[in-house]
Amino acid sequence: MSMRQPQRPMRDWTRREFLRRGAGAGAALVLAMTLPALRGVSRAAARGSSQLNAWLMIGSDESITILVDRSEMGQGVYTALPMLLAEELEIDPARVQVIAAPVGDAYVNAMNGGQVTGTSNSVPDAWEKLRKAGAQARMMLISAAAQRWQVDPASCHASDGRVLGAAGRVASYGTLAAAAAKLSVPKEVTLKKASDFRLIGRPLARLDTAAKVDGSAEFGLDVKLPRMLYAAIALPPELGAKVSSVDSAAALALPGVRRILPGEEAVIVVAEHFWQAKKARDALRISWGAGPNAHLDNAAVWAQINEASAKPALSALTSPNVSATLKSGHAAAAFKDAKRTFSAVYELPLLAHATMEPMNCTADVRADACDVYVGTQVQQMAQAAAAEAAGLKPEQVNVHTMLLGGGFGRRLEVDFVPAAVSASKAVGAPVKLIWTREDDMTHDFYRPPAREAVSAALDEYGRLNAWTLHITSPSITSRFDPTNKDPFDSVIEYVQNFPYAVSNFDLGYRRQEIGIGVGYWRSVSHTPNCFAIESSIDEIAALARRDPLEYRLELLAGKPRHLQVLKLIRERCGWGHAPAGHHLGLAFMEGYSSHLAQVAEVSIEAGELKIHRITCVMDCGQTVNPRIVESQLESGIVYGLSAALWGEITIRGGRVQQRNFNDYRVLRLNELPVLDVHVIPSEEHPGGIGETAVPPVAPALCNAIFAATGKRLRSLPIAAHKLT
Amino acid sequence: MTRLSVNGQTQSVDAEPDTPLLWVLRDHLGLTGTKYGCGLGLCGACTVHVDGQPVRSCLLPLRALEGRSVTTVEGLSKDRSHAVQKAWIELDVPQCGYCQSGQIMSAVALLKGNPAPSDADIDAALAGNICRCGTYARIRKAVHRAAELLHEAKSA
Repeated sequence: MSMRQPQRPMRDWTRREFLRRGAGAGAALVLAMTLPALRGVSRAAARGSSQLNAWLMIGSDESITILVDRSEMGQGVYTALPMLLAEELEIDPARVQVIAAPVGDAYVNAMNGGQVTGTSNSVPDAWEKLRKAGAQARMMLISAAAQRWQVDPASCHASDGRVLGAAGRVASYGTLAAAAAKLSVPKEVTLKKASDFRLIGRPLARLDTAAKVDGSAEFGLDVKLPRMLYAAIALPPELGAKVSSVDSAAALALPGVRRILPGEEAVIVVAEHFWQAKKARDALRISWGAGPNAHLDNAAVWAQINEASAKPALSALTSPNVSATLKSGHAAAAFKDAKRTFSAVYELPLLAHATMEPMNCTADVRADACDVYVGTQVQQMAQAAAAEAAGLKPEQVNVHTMLLGGGFGRRLEVDFVPAAVSASKAVGAPVKLIWTREDDMTHDFYRPPAREAVSAALDEYGRLNAWTLHITSPSITSRFDPTNKDPFDSVIEYVQNFPYAVSNFDLGYRRQEIGIGVGYWRSVSHTPNCFAIESSIDEIAALARRDPLEYRLELLAGKPRHLQVLKLIRERCGWGHAPAGHHLGLAFMEGYSSHLAQVAEVSIEAGELKIHRITCVMDCGQTVNPRIVESQLESGIVYGLSAALWGEITIRGGRVQQRNFNDYRVLRLNELPVLDVHVIPSEEHPGGIGETAVPPVAPALCNAIFAATGKRLRSLPIAAHKLT
Repeated sequence: MTRLSVNGQTQSVDAEPDTPLLWVLRDHLGLTGTKYGCGLGLCGACTVHVDGQPVRSCLLPLRALEGRSVTTVEGLSKDRSHAVQKAWIELDVPQCGYCQSGQIMSAVALLKGNPAPSDADIDAALAGNICRCGTYARIRKAVHRAAELLHEAKSA
């Protein structure tokens, strides 16, 4: 088992952000302290539960409650993380009650430096931590039984929620928990070997499915509180514009309207019901001042980026994240001696996250406390934002993490939290503030546009001798955390571990902002960089008159995990044996410590692209629940297909032009190709899953289109191109 | 005051007549299983049955509902025993789960009229339900499985 270097685009900002906003460690939950009055915790406490560690409560009624400190947004953490703990605790995970953890130091994601669900590392971060917590609790329960029976703990063992001793002695966890919770936590624990796993690696049923088929699952949108009012918000149509005046007369005359709250950047309407709030919002007459983006449109965005791309770049070879083997060599010299050179520019558009559940937040502000009910990927930041809006200290704010109706990085932002808090504070009642789909689509933090210029030099045999990439794009992290010191944070993903053998490598980045907020979009910079790498390798193989799969195999010599993935996909997709009229395109991807490949099988008739099949082979190390891994890979492919085929946010006069699913088209069931997903069994340290399958989709498709037509698409979406 | 039947119970709703059924269900009757996704009938997250037919509740005003009978995901069964719910559980269809009430209601409506749908039938009936998590492949399998379960129940 090896601990490989994880990729950590969010490691530092969260910690800095957290400290900067004053929500320091003193505010946080310390192990074994009383948990705040979250509803699930209160219910467990009411059943006489004892808390054995930050994640585990066991009731005298034999109930087992696991607090999960990552947000469930579909990726399966409410199943996978309890499985880790249950493995060592020797319990059946099906009997576990899962609740969302509060804000707390114990719940910080060590790989992200904050309580953050992102970077596909929930399982990698929890892998040892939660198994250890399960093992410690098991040992404490065994010790409690041994004390009761006055025997040596070594003569006892745990099985299926009970401690068993010699002479047929049995004690259930529920009868031992109170005594066990008083014992000291053992420091040294021995974790099971992979060959002894009874849960990990098995396709167990998800723990959250039942509630998601009968309407009982509670998303942020579903929060119900006594006396709760509803709010809608008027956001600036032109991004960044400020309110100059508001005529509320017509809105105030509508039924149910309680308050109109004009702010600098938005106007909030509070009413008895959401429909009333929305109608009143629509009846407001707001005069918006001319903002900084009045003249911003797509042409201006790309003019800024293209102009900046000609200016000197920062060399990313200074970044410690760039693998050392890429730093030797002299790319410039290699181009002088090259027999053949290649250059191409790839362009990636702005994209919206478009989660199914629009942004929303429910807040209940009192004089000395505040409860916030929200689907968030960043509990500490939600707490800090709510505290600031409420005029309270962070420790006075309880964050109740609801189920997320999709996250994809959108809910790493807390821009929708303060308005709900301010509204609740102003009206003295709980308020649920809901963004409409149009609010959500037009006020996202968009995947930034990127211009990716690749150059390559080949020797006389067509072998790759130099490969360079020059990235021009806005910086997400610099926007997200103005104190950020790493100019390459999240910008050079995948390319920092450029997997193909090349003696001379160079990587440059020119930051160019475009005036509007950009954000972390599922797999972040893996998408543009994978498009540039995998499209260019395909183009270079064609230039060298080589098969693109064979060419990659040669360039990956000596890398067994990479080769295994490619050799397996060669078999599974029928490489070289596509049905008549069908064409295959390949893309590889390395990220989040996982390795995967995809092949798109397409045909094109009369300019119409038909996608028949996407084959995906993944090596993500040890899986916790392979059934969830497979569904996450399918998920990433579908998300990637929508983006590759149609995804594009455009701007005119500072306004986002796409408003709903009619003009931001996403894949539907009738458009789904066959998905053939294969996960390689492995005992390597677990890699990430949730974001990994998105990036290879677009290059695999464009490489297949090239195979079919000889036409090379260097920009997305595909729908913007004629394929005849 | 509008009187309608929701999941077999008569309800009197005091809301403006243009209030969409979606918000009547969610905010007036506390039935939050039906979701808001787009407000324009584009995504299907708000699908319920009115007099047995699947409709997008975000577009249907209260004034059109006097005396009509509405079924939501909460009304399919008391114990997740509807064949579609069982198939959804068996195949672990949901990921985030937000769109699934609508998916399930569309599937239930399909199977009522077509007990053995083909892939093409499923595509046609569920093309109006968007899932951003990409559970589509499992939805297709689960609709077939639900059809089997219904068939078995009938034969038994």
